[in-house]
Amino acid sequence: MCEQIRIVLRNAGNINPENIEDYLKNDGYLALAKALESTREEVIDIISSSNLRGRGGGGFPTGLKWKFTMQAKGDEKYVICNADEGDPGAFMDRSILEGDPHSVLEGMTIGGYAVGAKKGIIYIRAEYPLAVERLKNAICQAKEFGLLGENILGTSFSFDIEIRLGAGAFVCGEETALIHSIEGSRGEPRNKPPFPSTSGLWGKPTLINNVETFANIAPIILNGPDWFRQYGTKNSPGTKVFALAGDVKNVGLVEVPMGTTLREIIFDIGGGIKGDKKFKAVQTGGPSGGCIPIEYLDTPIDYDSLQNLGSMMGSGGMIVMDEDTCMVDVAKFYLQFTVDESCGKCTTCRIGNVRLLEILEKITSGNAHLEDLERMISLSNVIKNSSLCGLGQTAPNPVLSTFKYFEDEYKAHILDRVCPAGICKNLIRYEVIPQNCQGCTACARVCPTQAISGELRKPHFIDQTKCIKCGSCYSTCRFNAIKIV
Amino acid sequence: MPKIYINGDEFEASENDTVLTAVQKFGGYIPTLCYLNLKDINIENKPSSCRVCMVEIEGRKSLAPACTTPVSEGLRINTLSRQAVEARRTAIQLLLSDHPQDCLQCPKNGECDLQRIASELNIVKNPFMGKTTNYKQDISTAIIRDPNKCIMCRRCETMCNDFQTVGVLSAVERGFNAVIKPTFDLPLEETACTFCGQCVAVCPTGALEEDSYIDYVWKDLVNEKKHVVVQTAPAVRVALAEEFGFEPGTISTGKLVGALKLLGFDKVFDTNFGADLTIIEEATEFKERLENDGFLPMLTSCCPGWIKFLEHQFPDLIEMPSSAKSPQQMFGAIVKSYYAQKANLEPKNITVVSIMPCLAKKYEASRKEINSSPDYKDVDYVLTTRELAKMIKEAGINFTTVPERSYDNPLGESTGAAAIFGRTGGVAEAALRTTYEWLTGRELRTVEFQALHGYESLRVAEVDINGQIIKIGVAYGLGNARKLLEAIRDKKIDLHLIEIMACPGGCVGGGGQPYHHGNFEVIKKRIDALNVIDRTKIIRKSHENPYILRLYNEYLEKPGSEKAQQLLHTHYLEREWL
Ligand SMILES: Cc1cc2nc3c(=O)[nH]c(=O)nc-3n(C[C@H](O)[C@H](O)[C@H](O)COP(=O)(O)O)c2cc1C
Ligand code: SF4
Ligand code: SF4
Ligand code: SF4
Ligand code: SF4
Ligand code: SF4
Ligand code: FES
Repeated sequence: MCEQIRIVLRNAGNINPENIEDYLKNDGYLALAKALESTREEVIDIISSSNLRGRGGGGFPTGLKWKFTMQAKGDEKYVICNADEGDPGAFMDRSILEGDPHSVLEGMTIGGYAVGAKKGIIYIRAEYPLAVERLKNAICQAKEFGLLGENILGTSFSFDIEIRLGAGAFVCGEETALIHSIEGSRGEPRNKPPFPSTSGLWGKPTLINNVETFANIAPIILNGPDWFRQYGTKNSPGTKVFALAGDVKNVGLVEVPMGTTLREIIFDIGGGIKGDKKFKAVQTGGPSGGCIPIEYLDTPIDYDSLQNLGSMMGSGGMIVMDEDTCMVDVAKFYLQFTVDESCGKCTTCRIGNVRLLEILEKITSGNAHLEDLERMISLSNVIKNSSLCGLGQTAPNPVLSTFKYFEDEYKAHILDRVCPAGICKNLIRYEVIPQNCQGCTACARVCPTQAISGELRKPHFIDQTKCIKCGSCYSTCRFNAIKIV
Repeated sequence: MPKIYINGDEFEASENDTVLTAVQKFGGYIPTLCYLNLKDINIENKPSSCRVCMVEIEGRKSLAPACTTPVSEGLRINTLSRQAVEARRTAIQLLLSDHPQDCLQCPKNGECDLQRIASELNIVKNPFMGKTTNYKQDISTAIIRDPNKCIMCRRCETMCNDFQTVGVLSAVERGFNAVIKPTFDLPLEETACTFCGQCVAVCPTGALEEDSYIDYVWKDLVNEKKHVVVQTAPAVRVALAEEFGFEPGTISTGKLVGALKLLGFDKVFDTNFGADLTIIEEATEFKERLENDGFLPMLTSCCPGWIKFLEHQFPDLIEMPSSAKSPQQMFGAIVKSYYAQKANLEPKNITVVSIMPCLAKKYEASRKEINSSPDYKDVDYVLTTRELAKMIKEAGINFTTVPERSYDNPLGESTGAAAIFGRTGGVAEAALRTTYEWLTGRELRTVEFQALHGYESLRVAEVDINGQIIKIGVAYGLGNARKLLEAIRDKKIDLHLIEIMACPGGCVGGGGQPYHHGNFEVIKKRIDALNVIDRTKIIRKSHENPYILRLYNEYLEKPGSEKAQQLLHTHYLEREWL
């Protein structure tokens, strides 16, 4: 049986997020005090040897990023907290900001001290009004207590934090797009290098980390890198917050040590599949991630193992899918999201992903040929290898991973023109099983196109030319008299 | 100096090389579509958006765009990697999949970078066809935008925003619908666009093109009732030959005139005559302002792109430009009055066509208040250098063997001062040659003012006239104009005369010239060629042009006379910045 370990969510739900004294009572700002007594190098050393990796998705070593930003030359430097959290269904960062805003402020301030910045900016989704409210309140209180502003804790270090509301696009979570958005330009990414650590906001060295990354900082400073490294795996120490969702009994946020297996999360914590159906796959990493089948349920998850499986850690989305899921349809769903969210700057993402989606549509509508699969794979690889930013580079992951693990399902759509899960409308038919039909007329009454005819107490009949495959009859019938073929 | 490896060969790159520049220095080739580096004017467009320049770099998971990847010690670049080449091909196929399959009817056919690279990459079929975007064309007096042909290279945006600081064009919408649009999605005509055409000059495809008036000109040429007169701007004669395979900087005045005569124009005159006339009127006004404490600095007014910029962006400085019309418009006014009288023709039966390096000239000719009579336009049709080349080709004229001919008189004679109108610093220099002699009463021995020569985009020169230091500013590019004007407005700089041209290097780099394809050397060679023309002229000062003197004697009386005011001067309008 596995356990949740709460580092990041240590206070969330346990303290009053609107009262700084509650945070202070729980060792709040002790780490900041300790950091200010150390040199910048010492602080960075602690973060480096903790092996903390960025929780915003990429998993870049946080200590190294801090070091680069510290070493970069610049009269001014900035710290940015990325709170744009745009993955569909993700709310890890929001819970931290709402439940424990000071943990993020403290992490940012330590970061500011370490890299030599005086100004911090939290770039947060406008859709998070409560989090914004609590952050504002926390900033005020921290200033009153001398924990933010001029001469923090009586030292010569000054640091201020400002809040910026996001422009509302998913791609604005990408760090260079985020910076453009703060600068008032079109929120679109640019090629890296240069990385923000050398040329970020207004061309100045900028440290940009995710909310959860910052929330990890204070405990690491306070308890030391060895303490942190006892959790998780060698290459991915610590914990990770996941938003467990989908066809699983217990949905919600979980914080588990890295290296926990998917099975433990889904079955021990999540309580298994809803309605006692069979597990089919789990999608991690949101639209940039992939689908992992049952064979890999016992993989201990960290940044690298997920990537090896063709998926991603991403920001921690985890969607469980049962046997009634069509994997081609799932790929289509995620790709539709990226197509809608692409900024349109580079060719391979702007047009490539639309073409990829068109191929998937062709497959799910039963019009594809085997060559389309070849096109799908080669196009996916070009999009992955050639796109400008992470959004495009990872967009084909849902397609590639579902194809890798569920090739038969793709082929069934193409060769047999059937959707094995009974999801793809063009490939299914609703038919009445005359033996079961009681002629209750319930189906005929709900059908929006009057496709169902039949006399009372006699078996009914569905006119396929009128049926729009909405499934209303199927869910209405109480006698299991309608089947999907 | 990082040591790198290009396809296995060692190469010493320099510190700030990118993969692209290193490979180019090495003598290799990587196709590029969005990248544009005009370092002479400090403009670099590197959105790395087209993804056509992909190369493989050893040890990296993904491919890298050559245009924006810096070199570093030990970098191993494979430009020939099959994977990279396939990625380039796919990028082009994707661009073409959302593009009108329209080359045969496209004005850019043969000059299009997309078409060229598609052919280089041997694209003969496209497995990625699908839905396409569908935008309406936006047709203005000077420019046609066809967003369906746009590949989002962002070059136009960079020119309009960074070089011209007009900021009319920018990317809007997202994803598949991302597109370049004018301010508030207005037709270009209703925006603060100056029609400088620098967006057109760099657009790699047919998404931005001049609005062509060729058909109207053909119609009048065959209409016996029409007496069709053509004028050619100074910058045309040093660029036209490029369209026929000659080296940039080739002077083809004689062939130009010869070809125009073969095309059937009744008279082939010279805008340079109008330029000399402009100098007389402008120098008169300048002298007047200097002597009578008038508005200073006086700004030149021969570039309509610049004038429109001023009207939108600095309406408070609207008194500063000279009221003298541009050479094109002076010429038109004189043809429809003086020449009409002399040739015994009704102005409405004369068609004035001008061949210009410029798109803004099309717009200038359409300005209502610029005409000297409400009954007709002084200049009927403006064609660009490129359009003239198309007419010559269409007619089947072999430009290489066209016999050289001379301009017709009386409006075909011009001085060296007029020739340099086509280059940056030239108008100021021409004006000085005349002003100097008028103010001092002495002959100017060294007619060239070296301080006004050169390629830099912002220059200041000082000339001692009668012990008074006359300070002259020269700028090209409207961004530089903005800097000068802001300095003037803030009283940080004090100048007497300022020459402003919208285009890089002046009109030689105009939006209607043969495409330079990102090579600024082409523009420099055209500048040098204009200086050669100036030096080979016997008369190099406008006020010594005998036909100009005759014009005043016979018709205009004297510079600045009432008649001159009515025909040769105009006024400017305050406009909004949209
Ligand atoms: C399309 C896209 C969206 C992203 N959205 C977010 C986001 O919402 N929050 C986040 O922290 N990082 C996001 N990232 C990652 C950031 O670019 C950046 O790597 C991260 O903020 C760095 O912080 P970390 O090192 O602490 O992970 C996104 C990246 C891409 C490509
Ligand atoms: S990959 Fe997509 S989101 Fe990223 S820059 Fe290219 S078009 Fe924009
Ligand atoms: S823009 Fe280029 S590729 Fe497109 S139709 Fe015109 S010539 Fe062909
Ligand atoms: S013509 Fe000049 S001002 Fe107008 S959009 Fe193009 S670059 Fe901008
Ligand atoms: S209009 Fe032309 S220059 Fe502008 S982005 Fe499109 S293709 Fe590029
Ligand atoms: S500089 Fe010359 S070519 Fe350019 S807009 Fe002005 S007049 Fe036209
Ligand atoms: S030329 Fe390099 S991405 Fe366009």
